[in-house]
Amino acid sequence: MCLAIPGKIKSVEMQYDGRVRMATVLFGGITKEASLEMLPDADIGDYVLVHVGVAISKVNEEEAQKTFKYLAEIGELGDLTDVDEYLPKTN
Amino acid sequence: MSEYRDPELAKKYLEEIKNTVSRPWSIMEVCGGQTHSLVKNGIIDMLPDTVTMIHGPGCPVCVTPLNLIDKAIYLAEEKGVILCSFGDMLRVPGSQKNLLEVKAEGADVRILYSPLEAVKIAEDNPDKEVVFFAVGFETTAPANALSVVHAHRRGVKNYSILASHVLVPPAIKAVIDDEESKIDGFLAAGHVCTIMGNSEYHPLSAEYKVPIVVTGFEPLDVLQGILMVIRQLEQSKSEVENQYARIVREDGNPEAQKVINEVFEIRNQMWRGIGEIPESGYAVREKYAEFDATKKYDVTIEEAPENPDCISGQIMKGIKKPFECSQFGKKCKPTNPLGAPMVSSEGACAAYYHFSGLVEA
Amino acid sequence: MSENNKIRMQLQCPMPKLDFDVITLGHGSGGVLTNKLLDSGVFDLLSNDILDERHDGAFLELNGKTAFSTDSFLVSPIFFPGGNIGELAINGTVNDLAMCGATPKYLSLSFIIEEGLPVKEFWDILVAIKFACEKAGVQVVTGDTKVVEKGKGDKIFINTSGVGPIHEKANISAKNISVGDKIIISGNVASHGMAIMSVREGLEFESEIISDTTNLNHTIINLIEKFGSNIHLLTDPTRGGVATVLKEIAQSSEIGIDLKQRDFPIDEQVASACELLGLDPLYVANEGLFIAFVSESEADAVLATLHQDENGKNARIIGSVVQEHPKQVIMESAIGGKRVISMLPGEQLPRIC
Repeated sequence: MCLAIPGKIKSVEMQYDGRVRMATVLFGGITKEASLEMLPDADIGDYVLVHVGVAISKVNEEEAQKTFKYLAEIGELGDLTDVDEYLPKTN
Repeated sequence: MSEYRDPELAKKYLEEIKNTVSRPWSIMEVCGGQTHSLVKNGIIDMLPDTVTMIHGPGCPVCVTPLNLIDKAIYLAEEKGVILCSFGDMLRVPGSQKNLLEVKAEGADVRILYSPLEAVKIAEDNPDKEVVFFAVGFETTAPANALSVVHAHRRGVKNYSILASHVLVPPAIKAVIDDEESKIDGFLAAGHVCTIMGNSEYHPLSAEYKVPIVVTGFEPLDVLQGILMVIRQLEQSKSEVENQYARIVREDGNPEAQKVINEVFEIRNQMWRGIGEIPESGYAVREKYAEFDATKKYDVTIEEAPENPDCISGQIMKGIKKPFECSQFGKKCKPTNPLGAPMVSSEGACAAYYHFSGLVEA
Repeated sequence: MSENNKIRMQLQCPMPKLDFDVITLGHGSGGVLTNKLLDSGVFDLLSNDILDERHDGAFLELNGKTAFSTDSFLVSPIFFPGGNIGELAINGTVNDLAMCGATPKYLSLSFIIEEGLPVKEFWDILVAIKFACEKAGVQVVTGDTKVVEKGKGDKIFINTSGVGPIHEKANISAKNISVGDKIIISGNVASHGMAIMSVREGLEFESEIISDTTNLNHTIINLIEKFGSNIHLLTDPTRGGVATVLKEIAQSSEIGIDLKQRDFPIDEQVASACELLGLDPLYVANEGLFIAFVSESEADAVLATLHQDENGKNARIIGSVVQEHPKQVIMESAIGGKRVISMLPGEQLPRIC
C-alpha cells in the first residue's frame, strides 16, 4: 500500500479544539492538509511523506543523495570500469 | 522527485546490474506499488534475461477476502450506510458484483482520499451511519486507526470501519515456506517499513538465507534495490539492507506504531487466493468495538466460493506466471476479472496483461 | 475562463428581475410558465435573427461539404474552477466541428433541467454560453428546454449539436495517416480533469488549476489554411484522455504509434495533483486540447505556427506513427523503458496502492 508523496510543510495549525496538529503541505504547487500526529517534531519547512492524509515520515536530505552516489561508491570498491563514469550527473 | 527518474543514471544502474549478474536469479518485489513502478517504467524489459522479477502478494486490494467485499456491498445496499472507500476497491469483484455497480444502482458509495474525511462525513450526517472500508497494509493502518481515535475523541457515534489489514512479513514467510516457490531475494515495501521499521526482516533473512532490500518506488529506487539484492546474491550474502534510507528509519515510526497498537490487535487473516496466514492481519480491539463495523452490524454473509479457474494464489506466490493460467486473456481480462490480481493495476495479472499487449483489450 | 473574464461577463449581463427563484416542472411544460421563462429576458441573452423567429426549427442555408456533430454534457459539479457546464457545452461541439476541419456556424442547444435548479445558476450558465458563442463566432439557432422531477436529473444536462462548412483545404481522415506522421499535442495535458478533481468531495485540494476549456476553431482553421492536407487527422482527447483516444485510433486504423513520456507537456501543479491521487495524466479528461497527426515534413512548421497561437503555446510533438506493432501504442517511459498503452476498463479511479 504504497502511494505516498513528499511535500513541504507550509503552515501548521491546531484543529478540532486544539487537539489535532494539522499541516498544510505543498506538493509541487498544490496544497493539501495532512495530519502531523505521527510526526510530533515535524515543522514548517520540513519535507514530509504523506499517505492518505497522514504524514508518516520526514525526508532525510542527506540520505536522499545516496542513490546518486551509490554507483560511484561501489565502483571504488574494486570494479574494473572507470569510476568517473558512475558519478551522478548534476542537472 | 524527478531526480529519481533520471534516464542517464537509470542506464548506468542497468549496466551495472548486467555486469554484476553471473547466473539466473529470481527476485520478488513484494509491494504492488513496486510492481506498478516496474511496469509503468518498462523496467522489466530492460533488465537482463537472467534477472526474473516475480510479482508478490503485496496488493492489499487483491488479497482482501471476497467475503469482506460482499459485506461492504451488503452494508451499502441493505443497510443504507454511507460507504466510504479508497478508489482502488471499487472495481474488485465480490461474489455477485462490485462496489462501483452498487453505487450505480443508487447506494451511497463515496471515494475518499483519506479515512479522516470519513469521520468528517459522519459528523456532517448525524442521522446516517458511515462505514469506512479500511483496507491496506501496515502503511495505511495508522491513518485508519487514527480515524477511529478521532471519532472516539470527538464523540462521533455513527462512524465505524470495516477493516481488512494485512501484514507483509508473514506473507513473505508464507511465500518462502511454500515448497514450490523459488525466490532468491526480496524487495521489501518501503512505505510499509516507514511505519514498521526493518526489524521484522532480520530474522526472516537470517533463517531463510535470503537478501531483503527495502526500496522506494521511483525507478531509480527500484533499480538500486535490484542491484543491491543481486550484489548480495553474487556474494552469497543474506542481509537486510535499506535502499530507502531517506524515508525509512530502522525502527520505523514509533508514533504510528503506537496508534496501530492502540486500535488494532494482530490476528490470523484470510488472504484472498492464498488462504489463511497466521498472525497476518489486524482486527479492531474490543476497546473500540463500537467503531468495528463487523461488531456493530449483524453482517453474516456466507463465504462465497472463488472462481475455480482462478489461480491467483499461485500467481501471488510466484509459482506460476499469469500467462500460464488457462483463463488469462480469455475469460479473465480487466473488463471481466475472475479474481483480484486482474482487477487492481498492481495485480500481477493486470500488470502482465497491460504490459504484454499480446492480448487486445 | 479567468476570474476577471467571469466578473466582466457578469457585469455586462446582470440578471433580470424575476418573480421566481427556481426552475420548476411548469417551466418545461410548454405552457404559461415556459413562456414566462422565455420572455423573462433569460433567452434574450442568446438573441439572434434566426433564433428570434422562435419557430419549431431554424431555417439555414448551407452550401457545399458540411460537418455535423452532437455532444451531451453531464459534468458534475456544474461550476468548476475555470468555467461551467455552459461553456463546456458550446466549446465541446465547436471543437468537434473544428476536428472535422469545419468552421462551426450554427448550434442547437437543449437543456434537461432538474426541478429546483436555482434560476441564478441557470442564468450564470446562459451568460457563459453567450460569451462562449461570441468567442467562437457561432450562433445558437434552435433549442429546447425540459424540466424533470427532482432526483431524475443531476441539476442540468445540456446537449448541443452543430453544423458548419468544411474548409476547402481540409482533408481530415484517418485514412490519410501514414507511417512517419508526427503526433502533435496542442498544450498541457490533464488540466480540465484535475480542475474537476480539485473540487470533488473527498478528494479536494487547493491549487490554481483551472479547466482549459476553450474554443479551438480559430486555431484549427488557421492551421488548415496554412497546411491544408498535411493535417491528416485531428481529434480532441476529452473523456478517457490522450491515451484512450490514441489507442482507439491505433486500433481502428491498424497503425502503430510510438510516444515519449518526457515529451508530454504538463503543468507542474497538474502533475503533482495526479501524483497525489494516483492518477495517470494520460488517462485524465481534457477540454481545450487537440491532437493532430501531421505529415513528417511539415511537423516542425505546424509546431512553430501553434506556438504563436494563444491555444498552442505549450504544443509539443509527442510521438509518431510507425511501421512496427500495428494497433499498439508503445510509450517510452521517463527512464527509457517501454510500456504498452491499453484501454482502461472504465473511468480511472484515484488509488492509494
